[in-house]
Amino acid sequence: MISRLLDWIDDRLGTAHFVSHALRKAFPDHWSFMLGEINMYTFLVLIATGTFLALFFDPSASKMTYNGPYALLDGTHVSSAYDSALKLSFEVNGGLLMRQVHHWAALIFVAGIITHMARVFFTGAFRKPREINWLIGLGMLMLAMFEGFAGYSMPDDLLSGTGLRIAVSILLSVPFIGAWASSLLAGGVFPDSGVMLPRLFVAHVYIIPATIAALMAVHLAILWRQKHTDFPGPGRTERNVVGSPLFPKYAAKSMALFAAVVAIVFAFGAVVQINPIWIWGPYVPWQILSPAQPDWYVGWLDGALRISPPVAFHFFGRIIPSPFWPAVLLPGVLFTFVAAWPWIEAAWLNDRRAHHLLDLPRNVPVRTGIGVAVITFCFGLLLAGSGDIQARYVQEPITTITRFYQIFCLIAPIVAFFLTYWLCVELRSRSGVHKAPRVRLRRNAEGGFDEETIA
Amino acid sequence: MIAKDRVIAAALAAAMLGAVLFIAAYATGGSRLYEGLSLALSAAGLCGAAVGWAFWILPDEQVEDERDDYPSGASDRAAEDLETTSGLIDVTRKRLLTRMLYTALGIFGLALIVPIRSLGPALGDAAFHTKWRKGLRMQRENGSFVKASDLNVDSVATVFPEGAVGDAQSQTVLIRVGDGVAANAGGYIAYSKVCTHAGCPVALYRTAAKQLMCPCHQSIFDVVNDGAVVAGPADHALPRLPIEVGSDGYLRATGDYPEPVGPGFWERG
Repeated sequence: MISRLLDWIDDRLGTAHFVSHALRKAFPDHWSFMLGEINMYTFLVLIATGTFLALFFDPSASKMTYNGPYALLDGTHVSSAYDSALKLSFEVNGGLLMRQVHHWAALIFVAGIITHMARVFFTGAFRKPREINWLIGLGMLMLAMFEGFAGYSMPDDLLSGTGLRIAVSILLSVPFIGAWASSLLAGGVFPDSGVMLPRLFVAHVYIIPATIAALMAVHLAILWRQKHTDFPGPGRTERNVVGSPLFPKYAAKSMALFAAVVAIVFAFGAVVQINPIWIWGPYVPWQILSPAQPDWYVGWLDGALRISPPVAFHFFGRIIPSPFWPAVLLPGVLFTFVAAWPWIEAAWLNDRRAHHLLDLPRNVPVRTGIGVAVITFCFGLLLAGSGDIQARYVQEPITTITRFYQIFCLIAPIVAFFLTYWLCVELRSRSGVHKAPRVRLRRNAEGGFDEETIA
Repeated sequence: MIAKDRVIAAALAAAMLGAVLFIAAYATGGSRLYEGLSLALSAAGLCGAAVGWAFWILPDEQVEDERDDYPSGASDRAAEDLETTSGLIDVTRKRLLTRMLYTALGIFGLALIVPIRSLGPALGDAAFHTKWRKGLRMQRENGSFVKASDLNVDSVATVFPEGAVGDAQSQTVLIRVGDGVAANAGGYIAYSKVCTHAGCPVALYRTAAKQLMCPCHQSIFDVVNDGAVVAGPADHALPRLPIEVGSDGYLRATGDYPEPVGPGFWERG
């Protein structure tokens, strides 16, 4: 049956040669090569659940009176967007499950991308010839963050509306074009025009996901063309790649991963509540929640906004206000640094060769140290993003917590770098590969061996 | 069946059971919990079966691929170069037409971008002024007007200019700080409620310290010292609304805010 189908296709497309070779493509067996696939499969879950949500959600800011089963909000003036999100949650069979699965999958999507990038970074898989895929991957990370923020902003609840207010303020802070850029997004002064939700909807369900899908296709095509990297080992060279054949072995493993991703996001969606917008209430520009935190992948920027010093730059009757440094300049510099890293490292080591065999992280102490330092820095910012909650737990004034994280984010990355560097050097020397004394064995007259140490 | 087959069979049975349970959960009214868990069970069963399949049933073979050669050989590169650039140079070099072509494409691209301008008007006056004017009374969200006798000491109210309830830029926090504190009208003092850092409502009033705090990024403003920044990331004071108690007992603005409200921006100066 399948054989006849394949023959039918081959008669028309002549694909037998390609298919038979493609199915035997070698996929290295190390588990870390599957991190990227988590993102591919969460993306599929996001598209499936997101399509379901889009069939019910109405991204309109027009005002109406809520009149539904959630009694605490009965009679409240809300936007159509908020109303339809509540309907999805309480009146559509499966709606709340789909909302929660969608949100959990989004959190995992961004986390998976960063984990995958960390694997690529620490093993040196970004090196020539794979710089293009490094940039495409970084692009997908940034798009995923915007995509997540846009989705989280659409229900027009009090938490998300506040987040949009902050986003508009960040746009406002950009020199020269800030006022203009914020107006392009908000259609005037936030939030009066009401155009923001429909615009976010178009971005969230069409522009950004279509771009991510296109980039993912290119990412995979390049991966296919360049073949996988591989860890060094017996029989592994720069000229070959060894692993399970795509079909059937690797396909079975990959399908297991897909099913695991689906199982986990649905279990989370069933059991762990996320973003209960009926508790936050509808967005009212003069009301606010406390404490208020964004999703984790925006949390580090929120933390940066909290602990950055109140420095505005005045000159010639113009101003660069304080949110610019932590919310525009900092991520700009950070992402530029990450994007440029393959070239920075190649220039620093003067290494322009292609690499297909990976590094063990401990064998590249400086790179590993820099990676851990950057992660430590961002993690410190993320923790600072919930400083007000921590202040409540430890019974300290918020100003003390803020000062702590200001110092932490300056000192901890440096400490982390040197600690990691030292750890790598120690591990490397104990592995016995690089630091073993070089000796020459010389046969002596008695038939035994003498050792001569070579400098 | 051998033992490993039994494990895979059990996983597949779980997958079937989960799917049936999902349909049942959906048909009986749709509990988020049962729908989600049954579907998770089904997927977990499929996952287990696929794992068993991959590690127990399928042959544990390794294949080896040769890596492709790149860069391509010198002759291919030379041919590519000939087709794209060097072969064309004699024809197009230094021709005015070539420069015109690039210019035309550039202007064409610019023309395609310009309509973005329609997305938002220049902020203009709206960024610099609110709807507060001299003589306007203070209106609460419910429409009532604030009289000097309405609030107790240390009470707070959110107010808008008369006739503009809900105008986000004009939202104002009115505090009765009590007599003898700073220069104020009848013990009242009023600030813009839009945080000067990132625009959140400055909604937390700390009575004892007489400070306003923003819940978003914890900027703290001194109510009895002209809204000056005490702590946090805000880089300038909360604008203070000039107010008076009218002869009829209503609180009134004596003008608009003396400076733009909300977060800073380039032209704000």
